[in-house]
Amino acid sequence: MITFDYTLATVALGGAMVGLLSGVLGTFALLRRQSLLGDTISHAALPGIALVFLATGLKDPLALLLGAMAAGWIGTLVISAVVRNSRVRLDAGMAVVLSGFFGLGLALLSVIQNLPNANQAGLSKFLFGNASTMLRQDVIVMAVFVVLSLVVVSLLWKEFKVSTFDPEFARSLGFPLGLLDTLLLSLVVVAITIGLQSVGVVLMSAMLVAPAAAARQWTDRLGRMVALSAIFGVAAAVSGALVSSAVPRLPTGPTTVVLISAVVLVSITLAPRRGLVWAAVRRLRDRGEVAQLRLLEELYWMAQNHASSDHVHERGALKSVVAGSLNANLAALERSGWVVLTAEGVRLTASGLEKAKEALAVGRSE
Amino acid sequence: MIADITLVAVLVAVACALPGVFLVLRQQSLQSDAISHSVLFGIVVCFFLVRTLDSPFLLLGAVATGILTVLLSEVLLKTGLLKEDASIGLVFPFLFSLAVILISLYAGDIHIDTDAVLTGEIGLTPFHRFEVAGWDLGPQAAWSMGAIAAANLGLLALFFKELKVSTFDAGLAASLGFRPGLIHYGLMVMVSLTAVGAFDSVGSILVVALMIAPAATATLLSESLSRRIVLTVVVAVVAAVVGILSAFVLDTSMAGTMAVAASLLFGLAFVAAPKTGLVSRALAHRERRWVFAGYTLGVHLLAHEGTQEQERECRVDHLQEHLHWKPDYAQRVVETAVRGGLVEREGHQLHLTPLGRETVKSLMDRG
Repeated sequence: MITFDYTLATVALGGAMVGLLSGVLGTFALLRRQSLLGDTISHAALPGIALVFLATGLKDPLALLLGAMAAGWIGTLVISAVVRNSRVRLDAGMAVVLSGFFGLGLALLSVIQNLPNANQAGLSKFLFGNASTMLRQDVIVMAVFVVLSLVVVSLLWKEFKVSTFDPEFARSLGFPLGLLDTLLLSLVVVAITIGLQSVGVVLMSAMLVAPAAAARQWTDRLGRMVALSAIFGVAAAVSGALVSSAVPRLPTGPTTVVLISAVVLVSITLAPRRGLVWAAVRRLRDRGEVAQLRLLEELYWMAQNHASSDHVHERGALKSVVAGSLNANLAALERSGWVVLTAEGVRLTASGLEKAKEALAVGRSE
Repeated sequence: MIADITLVAVLVAVACALPGVFLVLRQQSLQSDAISHSVLFGIVVCFFLVRTLDSPFLLLGAVATGILTVLLSEVLLKTGLLKEDASIGLVFPFLFSLAVILISLYAGDIHIDTDAVLTGEIGLTPFHRFEVAGWDLGPQAAWSMGAIAAANLGLLALFFKELKVSTFDAGLAASLGFRPGLIHYGLMVMVSLTAVGAFDSVGSILVVALMIAPAATATLLSESLSRRIVLTVVVAVVAAVVGILSAFVLDTSMAGTMAVAASLLFGLAFVAAPKTGLVSRALAHRERRWVFAGYTLGVHLLAHEGTQEQERECRVDHLQEHLHWKPDYAQRVVETAVRGGLVEREGHQLHLTPLGRETVKSLMDRG
């Protein structure tokens, strides 16, 4: 059973905030095809944390968070510099920064572990996510950052929107694209560093990508996508916290990721219009419609070769007209009132004749 | 002991460098990150099947997971509903999460520590020896990584043509019957095998570092594929050796120092590589500016040659007025042009030399 206690509340609240912010910012990252940046930044943040600890000897959540943010931010700057000034491509640049920075962090952590200071115990947990070590002050710091970020996003909503969907237009309007990009990237860094504590380095990538990817399947409008993404993020995080507290030894971060991945899967399959299931249904229906029109047309031409359009045609003559099921399509035509099916075969009705003429006229005029 | 560790590190470096070259060329660097994380899932599942960490069956399972990762990402991509970066970024955290959950729930007492997954522990490799009939043949990791490195080298040699063509021209490869799809998955198998083999000793992050950073460095140093492959291996080995030694000196994580060494070598090339490095590019840029200024001077002289204003226009001090050049700058340009044999100077007057005239004329014709 779930005992709703202080720890659970803290974890759930912290997770909710991660879900909210990564949902919102993940939307922009997804639309700008920067999803893997989350993975890179979360790895790049490690040396920042280690350095802050080495410098201050404290585990003050705000200081560590700022250190992580600085390192993540520097990482993205390095990636841009490399990509812009050499023939090295973005993916390679990201991988180099990811592994180099993280390696530096590992080396520093190892140095820290050798120091005669008992304070470093929780540091690596920070990186691999251990939500249960979250304290009230951590959550408060997170809340502040979340609120600030959301304020920035809402103030610059139009600018972010235009620069995401139509950068050239944005430029022509005089928007400082470089500045906007940097700002958005910085907010992504904030979202990620906040999430490191609850889901850890490896999984933060998922938290940035998944809620947005799921939301994308349900709507084409940015505002709704952002809102939905935030809702998915929060729901997954809170559920992850609740479920993992109910099942012993189940870690929170991975549970959250599995849940949000499930949401993505469901969205991909079942979302109206984009979802795979509905797309398949639509395809079948369209195919059926095309097949039926073809049959009607064929019946029309066949009728032309006979004395009257009431002639009953044999089914066999129609077999090679369409690839799909002949009987099913004929039944559909009968339901629409365009043919009558008898024991001897198929007869075109008056309205069927009209429909066939219409279809053929359309074909001919194109 | 340090010799053993260095040996293992060098073999890991060589094994990683080889597929890394092609990952970078095919712009699939982050697949190494994805695969090296998700193989944990394969390891865990196989562990539950065979109940031991020492079985070669684990290798198979991990390779299968590597392929599964790539396959799933591609399935997601093919739905048309997700772009490439999102597809990759969803699959490997999912598999990694499943792995961590399985470990936590059912195998909490065995030595699969999520920290170690990311960092490995190369320092322990000398202690697992490979013994045959009582003979100690060295650290086990050296043998397994050596085998993987040899396998990678063999595959590379065998399929060099196919890899080369399918990397640079997939269409041509398909029309030649090279099956680029198969080659793609073959490469991913190489990556998975290497990632799994290296897992125990260096962890997933170093696999990424050794696969990508040396290859990226090589792209800055050469344009020829074969030369790049050699350079990649060399850089990777240097990174490994420097890393291990630094770790011993600084008493810190070896995976960390090796990764840092690899990145620093990349940084070095980024700044100092001949022709492609920042320094070379800046110098070349500066050089071009002087050359361009010299041509501007030449055009100016040609335009006024044989005209009434020639005496007035073709003076050194007039350049300030007409071309808005500062006196120092004008002097330097004139000196450069004189040195280049394009311009003659008589007191304050400047004339084009025959060479100069020819050069400027051909420039203007071209433009």
